Amino acid sequence: MGAHHGPAKGLTRWLFTTNHKDIGTMYLWFSFAMFLLGGSFAMIIRAELFQPGLQIVQPEFFNQMTTMHGLVMVFGAIMPAFVGLANWMIPMMIGAPDMALPRMNNWSFWILPPTFLLLASTLFMDGGGPNFGWTFYAPLSTTYAPPSVTFFIFAVHAMGISSIMGSINIIATVVNMRAPGMTYMKMPMFVWTWLITAFLLVAVMPVLAGAVTMMLMDIHFGTSFFSAAGGGDPVLFQHVFWFFGHPEVYIIILPAFGVVSEVIPTFSRKPLFGYDSMVYATSSIAFLSFIVWAHHMYTVGMPIAGELFFMYATMLIAVPTAAKVFNWITTMFKGSITLETPMLFAIAKVFLFTVGGFSGLMLAIAPADFQYHDSYFVVAHFHYTMVAGAIFALSSAVYYWIPKWTGKMYNETMGKTHFWISFIGFNLTFFPQHFVGLAGMPRRIPDYNLMFADFNMMSSIGAFIYGASQLLFLFNIVRTITHGKPVSDPKVWEGGTTLEWTVPTPAPYHTFTTPPQLK
Amino acid sequence: MYLQAKRLLKLALSPVLMLLSLFSAGAWAEAGERWQTNMAPGVTEVGHQIYDLHMWVFYICVVTGIVVFGVMFYSVFAYRKERHQEPATFHENTRVEIAWTIVPFLVLLFMAVPATKTLIEIYDTDDADLDILITGYQWKWKYEYINPHGDNISFFSNLSTDGAEIANTEAKGSNYLLEVDEPVVIPVNKKVRFLVTANDVLHAWWVPALAVKRDAIPGFINEAWTKATETGVYRGQCAELCGRNHGFMPIVVNVVEEPQYQAWLGEKQAAAAEIKELMAKDFSLEELVERGKSVYASSCSACHGANGEGGVGKAIAGSPIATGAMKEHTDRVVNGVPGTAMPAFGSQLNEVDLAAVITYQRNAFGNNMGDMLQPVDIYKFKKGQ
Repeated sequence: MGAHHGPAKGLTRWLFTTNHKDIGTMYLWFSFAMFLLGGSFAMIIRAELFQPGLQIVQPEFFNQMTTMHGLVMVFGAIMPAFVGLANWMIPMMIGAPDMALPRMNNWSFWILPPTFLLLASTLFMDGGGPNFGWTFYAPLSTTYAPPSVTFFIFAVHAMGISSIMGSINIIATVVNMRAPGMTYMKMPMFVWTWLITAFLLVAVMPVLAGAVTMMLMDIHFGTSFFSAAGGGDPVLFQHVFWFFGHPEVYIIILPAFGVVSEVIPTFSRKPLFGYDSMVYATSSIAFLSFIVWAHHMYTVGMPIAGELFFMYATMLIAVPTAAKVFNWITTMFKGSITLETPMLFAIAKVFLFTVGGFSGLMLAIAPADFQYHDSYFVVAHFHYTMVAGAIFALSSAVYYWIPKWTGKMYNETMGKTHFWISFIGFNLTFFPQHFVGLAGMPRRIPDYNLMFADFNMMSSIGAFIYGASQLLFLFNIVRTITHGKPVSDPKVWEGGTTLEWTVPTPAPYHTFTTPPQLK
Repeated sequence: MYLQAKRLLKLALSPVLMLLSLFSAGAWAEAGERWQTNMAPGVTEVGHQIYDLHMWVFYICVVTGIVVFGVMFYSVFAYRKERHQEPATFHENTRVEIAWTIVPFLVLLFMAVPATKTLIEIYDTDDADLDILITGYQWKWKYEYINPHGDNISFFSNLSTDGAEIANTEAKGSNYLLEVDEPVVIPVNKKVRFLVTANDVLHAWWVPALAVKRDAIPGFINEAWTKATETGVYRGQCAELCGRNHGFMPIVVNVVEEPQYQAWLGEKQAAAAEIKELMAKDFSLEELVERGKSVYASSCSACHGANGEGGVGKAIAGSPIATGAMKEHTDRVVNGVPGTAMPAFGSQLNEVDLAAVITYQRNAFGNNMGDMLQPVDIYKFKKGQ
């Protein structure tokens, strides 16, 4: 089926492709490259923090590293990786031949490489790259910013355009191209979480664009949106940023929820428990994400009524999130479980994300946050959700679907080794950061008092281990593509039930040119 | 009801707690210990409440974690394929799902009630015995003691750790990066209100032992308060990224008995009176250069380099401003350069120090101008604007 015309040859295949699989592949490789780039920034940060004192980099460069690490990981690694998965999997999971808007799909990918080239080039500009943190609070990012901030603003605009186009495409695909009989409540969870994520993206990326446009006006056109001296309001920046920023973190985590909601049933050989409640919980989380933004700003001096509102709303998020965790665990309960690499990563994701959820609940408590805020406790918290929550889910997804993508099986021993090294390295890096944060170490500092030295050294060693384990991941993927054991069973995994397991392995260039029949 | 639940929970948790306390033996008692793993309750009533709240939510998380992860790991071990060939087929149960929506909600109420109580207390900034205006600057703190009956006392507080310690050429002291030239002094058992603002970018004033963290925002004045119940020296740091030396603007608070506080205040007032007198004095070039050297070290060197070689700021050595007309040089230092990182020092330094530092810049780093400024010249310059 679908073999009447295959991919074009050479470079033009990739430049002009409108095929969802090609574009998905490019997104995934691009995001992995960005993951290594952002990771190398993290290695510089951890190397400097290995010991107290300034030894490897100066504070000015250190600030550029923390900023670029955050920007590249959030916008360059995690988000495009999930868009890559969406491109590959959504059409195959809903029985569609391709994405609804294939040319726009090509365009939304090809915006990204030049954008990140632009962003990375700021590091070599006079005055250095962005050094104001990935949250770029004004006026440090406006009046006091290096000249390269203008390039940063255009990079953010371009990323936003790419994300908005990507998400419009996903919405159009899911709404219009489901196979006959696939009602919304029969869609795989991964498709559901992405549909909700796409709506979040369309809602908040323009807000981010608004924030950076106001910055641009303040810097170049004499306005004073964020400058108190001109009658503006620096706190306004934070409200606008976090109105984007909080939904943004769910944009990152919801597709990760989707991945584990596919992987856990497959390797438990048992259907996902509480499918309907999963859909409602995901929708509730998405709704709540719009009314909790100021919990990032408990110390800016909001009136107490605002403080209480945001505290209660934030605590409420624990309810649907807990329901999701219970559902995953009940799915495993009385299943018939095997622990292949994707399942190991999925279980670790549930476990460690929940740990991050616990610290999130602690951070939601406004009075206690007066001690946690802007300390390493926060750094530990969001790396438990971002790295263990999102990146572990991405690793799980790659191992889970790579046999379908390539028709080759990855090396299980190497996969499990990657998992265990990652797991140990990750926890060694980020668990001690809870301790130094509670003991009073602020985040984003290049040097610290001796009392924080031991845990910081531990953290750095963990980071190097975690970083090195990703090279093993890369090696395993390349090795799978070049030397992997061929797989031809359409199902690949015994417990696979969704539509992608009904097409041949490897998935041909065109799938579902005629829609499948659903029972 | 909340207290009861808390007591029950503590009882149920006692084995876990024992394990935890073993693990972090002694480190919880005092702040500033190596291997410290937990928040310190600090020396204020509010700090203790926050600590209790923190531990309460932490215990709830530990219990939840034990139950949830217990079921998860039990499932992973008990229902492995080799032991459990035939998976069950159930996939929903409305009652269970409603239960695990309601139960977490109820648990949250047990956190929300004490949290609200503490938050209301933190926001009660009324009836303070003393007001201190704290202004964040890149990269130092200014403290101004509001005196309703006379002149305010104000001073800057800079990092006092030696650059050689930071560069690893000298051994680091135990207060490395947490020491300042001029600590804030407050009386014990008095309600002190902090009015927090900033001059340039955002900063945040954080002293864990006093349980105070407030953002310092240009154009806004935030309020916070503390009432320390024990004398001692308490240290903290700027918590909001504020540029290059964000990690190098610590806070030191000296909590002392009332008489000592009054004595310190008296000294500060005397020093202020002395500066007033010095305003009229005619300094020699050597005197100005000597005074200017220390002013340069605390106010200029972070950006312009210890030897005037430049950095974030332009080089002073051989600079056209420092070797040019006196009036322009004075204008640059007093008024700064709006829209850049060069602040207006006219409001940060007194006339004596301004005259001294300008004279120093013109006669150091190979700038042999040989001219000088008197405090009264600065006074006239400011008047003439």
